[in-house]
Amino acid sequence: MVEAVAITAKRRGALDHRSEAINGVSLQPAKPARRVSLRVRSDGLAPLSLALGLDLPSKPKTSVTANSRSALWLGPDEWLVIDDGEGDPIADLAGVSVLHSAVDVSHRNAAIIVSGEKAADVINAGCPQDLGLQAFPVGACSRTVLGKIEIVLLRTAPDTFRVECWRSFADYAFSYLSDAARGV
Amino acid sequence: MLLIHCPYCQEERPEIEFRNGGEAHIARSTNIAGESDEAFESFFFIRTNPKGLVYERWRHIHGCGRFFNAVRDSVTDKFLRVYKAGEPQPEPAEVMKTLPEHSAWENIPPADQNVATPARDRVSTDGEA
Repeated sequence: MVEAVAITAKRRGALDHRSEAINGVSLQPAKPARRVSLRVRSDGLAPLSLALGLDLPSKPKTSVTANSRSALWLGPDEWLVIDDGEGDPIADLAGVSVLHSAVDVSHRNAAIIVSGEKAADVINAGCPQDLGLQAFPVGACSRTVLGKIEIVLLRTAPDTFRVECWRSFADYAFSYLSDAARGV
Repeated sequence: MLLIHCPYCQEERPEIEFRNGGEAHIARSTNIAGESDEAFESFFFIRTNPKGLVYERWRHIHGCGRFFNAVRDSVTDKFLRVYKAGEPQPEPAEVMKTLPEHSAWENIPPADQNVATPARDRVSTDGEA
């Protein structure tokens, strides 16, 4: 007779156990979050905003945050919704009847929190955008590049950035940023 | 690095966020199967390649992801005009008449880039260059 064996599976994040503090810049993996890639035409903005509980931004390079949920403008009809709390944006969007596309990309992305006085300098080592506070204020977000990969960058505080990259690139992104931190 | 104005992001972004999409305003025949070989060759392979103003498609692939059109001078590589996809092709004479006040290729001081109010018009600064 086969005995019942209790199998326990432990989820491992792409950046588990990686964290660095170099030259006053801290690199930490962000906590797990639900993410939605959202596409909708302008006529669907109001019902989707209502369902999500925040106003989807329509101005380029801006984001809106309400509680644990953020909506990042990526393109004229494209947003990235990130919720690192208890909420589930996909469930909230399920009842919306207006034509839209909402894809759960929670596990596609991993995020790195870069903070410290020289956080912008560290990211600028691989990102060509102007990250000065006037050009890229708190709340600004943009899809852009970091070294050889594409990232979504969000400034959450004057000295703190969230770097979202694809999961399989997370190791590259983290190593790139920690190398850059050694040089600032 | 070249700075290219994206008409959707409404600001200048670094060149490596963009990808060239070939010549603009090439209309595909609505009856492509009925095209003669010569007409198809001309549509598919033959490009104008002028010395001077070129009309190109560009895609802000590592930004908003949108295609747009640009008028560029193939001699100097300067971007003279960008406009959204679907907008009519501007006449060369009109492009030359209204060159942008600030072009990506002009050496704009860093403080004046990507901001609504140029640095020189701002009262207070936060120490950013």
